[in-house]
Amino acid sequence: MTDVLVCIKRVPEATGEVTLTPDGLGIDGSHAGYTVSPNEECAVELAVQVADGGRCTVLTLGPAGAVDQLRAALAVGMTDGIHIEGDSDAFSPADVAREVAAAVRARGEAGSAYDLVLLGNDAADTGDFQVGVRLAYALGYPVVTGIQTVSVEGSTAILTGEGPDGSETYRVALPAVVTVLEGGVEPRYPSVMGRMKAKKAPIETLAPTTVPVGSGRLALEVPPPPPNQVRILGEGAAAAPAFVATLAELGVLR
Amino acid sequence: MATVPATAKCVVIGAGIVGNGLVYHLANLGWRDIVQIDKGPLPNPGGSTGHASNFIFPVDHSREIADITADSVKQYQEMGVFTQSGGIEVARTEERMEELRRRMSSAKAWSIPAELLTPEQVQEKVPFLDKDVILGGCYFPTVGVVDSLRAGTIFRERAQELGALTLAPNVEVTGMVVTDGRITAVETTGGSIACEYVVIAAGVWSPKLAKMAGAHIPLTPAVHQMISVGPCEQLAAIPGEISFPIVRDMDTFCYERQHGSDMEVGSYAHRPILMDAEDIPSIEQSKLSPTELPFTSDDFDPQLEQALELMPELLGDERAEIRYAINGLLSLTPDGFPLLGETPEVKGLWSAAAVWIKEGPGTSRAVAEWMVHGNPEIDLGHSDIARFYPHQRTRAHIRARTSESFNKTYGIIHPSEQYSSSRNIRLAPMHASEKELGAVFFETAGWERPHWYESNAALVEKFGDVCMPREHEWDARWWSQIINAEHLQMRETAGLVDLSAFCIFDIIGPAALEAVQRIIVAQADVKIGRVIYTPVLDERGGFRSDLTVMRVAHDRFRVVTGGAHGMADLKWFADRMPAGAVVVDLTSAYTTIGVWGPNARAILASVTRDDVSREGFPFATCRDIEVGNLSVTASRISYVGEYGWELYTPIENGAALWAALLEAGAEHGLIPVGIGVYGTTGRIEKGYRAYGYELDTERTLAEAGMQRPKIKEQDFIGKEAIIAQVAQPPTSVLCSLTVDDHMSKSGVKRYMLGGEPIMTREGGELAGTHGWHPYVTTAGSAPSLGKHVLMAYLPPEYAVVGQELAVCYMDELYPVTVAANDATPLFDPENDRVKGNA
Repeated sequence: MTDVLVCIKRVPEATGEVTLTPDGLGIDGSHAGYTVSPNEECAVELAVQVADGGRCTVLTLGPAGAVDQLRAALAVGMTDGIHIEGDSDAFSPADVAREVAAAVRARGEAGSAYDLVLLGNDAADTGDFQVGVRLAYALGYPVVTGIQTVSVEGSTAILTGEGPDGSETYRVALPAVVTVLEGGVEPRYPSVMGRMKAKKAPIETLAPTTVPVGSGRLALEVPPPPPNQVRILGEGAAAAPAFVATLAELGVLR
Repeated sequence: MATVPATAKCVVIGAGIVGNGLVYHLANLGWRDIVQIDKGPLPNPGGSTGHASNFIFPVDHSREIADITADSVKQYQEMGVFTQSGGIEVARTEERMEELRRRMSSAKAWSIPAELLTPEQVQEKVPFLDKDVILGGCYFPTVGVVDSLRAGTIFRERAQELGALTLAPNVEVTGMVVTDGRITAVETTGGSIACEYVVIAAGVWSPKLAKMAGAHIPLTPAVHQMISVGPCEQLAAIPGEISFPIVRDMDTFCYERQHGSDMEVGSYAHRPILMDAEDIPSIEQSKLSPTELPFTSDDFDPQLEQALELMPELLGDERAEIRYAINGLLSLTPDGFPLLGETPEVKGLWSAAAVWIKEGPGTSRAVAEWMVHGNPEIDLGHSDIARFYPHQRTRAHIRARTSESFNKTYGIIHPSEQYSSSRNIRLAPMHASEKELGAVFFETAGWERPHWYESNAALVEKFGDVCMPREHEWDARWWSQIINAEHLQMRETAGLVDLSAFCIFDIIGPAALEAVQRIIVAQADVKIGRVIYTPVLDERGGFRSDLTVMRVAHDRFRVVTGGAHGMADLKWFADRMPAGAVVVDLTSAYTTIGVWGPNARAILASVTRDDVSREGFPFATCRDIEVGNLSVTASRISYVGEYGWELYTPIENGAALWAALLEAGAEHGLIPVGIGVYGTTGRIEKGYRAYGYELDTERTLAEAGMQRPKIKEQDFIGKEAIIAQVAQPPTSVLCSLTVDDHMSKSGVKRYMLGGEPIMTREGGELAGTHGWHPYVTTAGSAPSLGKHVLMAYLPPEYAVVGQELAVCYMDELYPVTVAANDATPLFDPENDRVKGNA
């Protein structure tokens, strides 16, 4: 039995065209909706798997709407939620790490410490790659990044990820912080019962401990779309020679 | 570089089920040079068709929709994309069971197989459903699912095989060119297309496109939530897309539809979530498609709980996952009917919007017939886009009405049910007086019309049981005995009726006579001051309207027609004006007050010095008279079977005229009388036909018993058809029937409200109908006869006075007898009262 905390972040769905908010400081999620990154979905899945009956808390720092993302995680097996209410755009990675650390410490002091803290490797919108490392530093825990599978044996976590030379395995003493990269597990979808449980699952709402310093971000810019790489080889039978040549070039035909 | 042809006969915008059906049917009817554009890719450009649940329940209380749906099913079957699954509507409440019995009657009326089931029988068909949650169900074996995307592809390919179609996917419309009131070109991201016709079949985007041409397509995009749960063990065990009947959980406004190993749960129970066409995301901005918006799970949670109650094992299985959940966009209209036909604002610009999957192919065929031949085979009167008055096209009205009706998608809607939103929009000049008199207002075309007056309540005591009280709440809902009491009092003394909702327009100019002569069936070349009651026919001899025409000058005719159908009539006339004649809408210029009854003449004589005597003011004539200091056009006609007049006066004089008549009439026993009398009891006793009930484009003069001995010499629309009809006996005859016994099995007297099937005494189908189904077109009290009267078209062999038949109401049979098989009134058959002989 392992007690696990997973940190997630509400981000605009960005599988389609990215549109900025009118002030140019954020991404408009009003059309496509909001979600969490695939990395975090995998972190939630890993948490549900390794908890093995232990506590599975999901935490987010974000606006009121971020409760939707907490509920989505609760619907697939997380057991309770922590919502630190704040405008996530106003928080730098250091601010976020400080707030998460405070929440973890508070839980520890209340007698429910976490064995394992999982985060996404990087946030889907800002891609800072910082919160996990800063959080571990603040808590004085070891940290491993870019992990795809997690298992626990006694007080040791066995972590694997892809390194430059192949698969890497870490054995880390708990408590530890781990940042997760997608690809190691298949996140599950919620069941109807899961969704019903999520509705009733407890969510603790916290206020930030201090005023955030901020990320220093001034504006966002959407780069022009990359040039169209489609090359029309021709039409009808006339296109056949060019088509065959291209297939040969690609090594599909010999 | 242009990617679209520079010219076309017709541009169809949209490649959903309707646009695809249209290109095929237009091609099939002989049109060539059709260009179909869509801003999305094929075969699924991202509109509502792409995420539809694709199931079809054939039953509907509306004949028009039931017929269109039946034709659609036929077309889907022919294309091999229809899978019959059966469907069950389940009831959790007794009120819903009664509604299911009513749906049984509607099913019988349109000859759709249906069967009431006990909870156990429902569970036999759907083993994973918890029978303890329901009281019963109604099983429709012919329910099925379709592949609407595949159907679309087949339609397009067939049009291409005919050499009629150029496809232009991924092309967006950027503008419409209107020249002198007619569409002449469509501008697109692929170039400009000069064309004669444009059809907007763009679903939720249609309003935005219409606006480009200065026209209105009054619909709103609205969210319908749907999730898919699976894989479910019980479903996965059987191969194929669907092996269990679709379940409509009517009381929770949800449906459960199997899709392979998944169960789709859809809902109409959540709060109305409306959008504007302009705010729908682009294809690029969308995660799935522009009409599959992010799911708002909070809105769906209550429905999830209810669905779980109904199918606890199947949906409660932890291994069955919610893998797909959307806020799907669909189109809603202010009155729930589609928006079909040429827009009244722009010639050549057609609408084929707000159509469900179940109606798609049938609608496209009908609209194509309308475009190519001028008339659709199935009457589309309720769907005609020309039906709306300007206020009904406003955003506020559309949103108010669709918000109100969204949660009624599976609701129990009474035939007379009134909207509570967007009311008090059109008020008659005597509205304040009517309110003081305790008028109960019903709405027609935005007008608030007194249906009866509470101030007449004392008359119910006076007439007693002759008022035919209704014991059952459903029969008595939106009804009052006062209507029948007002009726009886009018026949005794006189009644005053507010008819402000009339649609009034003039045909003016040197060619006015020629124009009217060509449009109406009756002789238009009459003396000034004559009033003509006449049918208006289409080329096939079907009814387009029935109305009255006054010749007010040598070059001026005044048409008076019902408010509900007035805008469509206005367009029919305006579209057919020759050079030298114009149509001028005067609806908002005149108010109309009817005064009828044995004392009507004495009342009018008491307020005017003009000759209103029987000899001096003959029937079917009109003239201007002075009523005190008001100028009034009086027209001696009647729709209630009594002596009297319709009085027209400028709308600003209406209140004064109303007050003058009420005051002068007091000593003659005049009472205000509501539309309950005018629209139902008065006319049904007289056998008067009403457009939209007895009369529509599928009916002929011969069938309605309205043919005249002579057909006028001059040419008019429908003349050839009438001549052809004379040679052939009609296949149906409009009859009036009386109900012989109202007592139900449960010992409560029941009163039919209209729409019920007519059957043999034993409950069998009437023979000789050749596919059509006799049903009640109007039902109502005939207080002067002490009978409940029904009107219905019957096969000729049954259209015999004294023929004993039955009507099926709430799935129970009641004996009826044919009382008239032509237009002979049941009350005062010689019309002595109207003539003043009585």
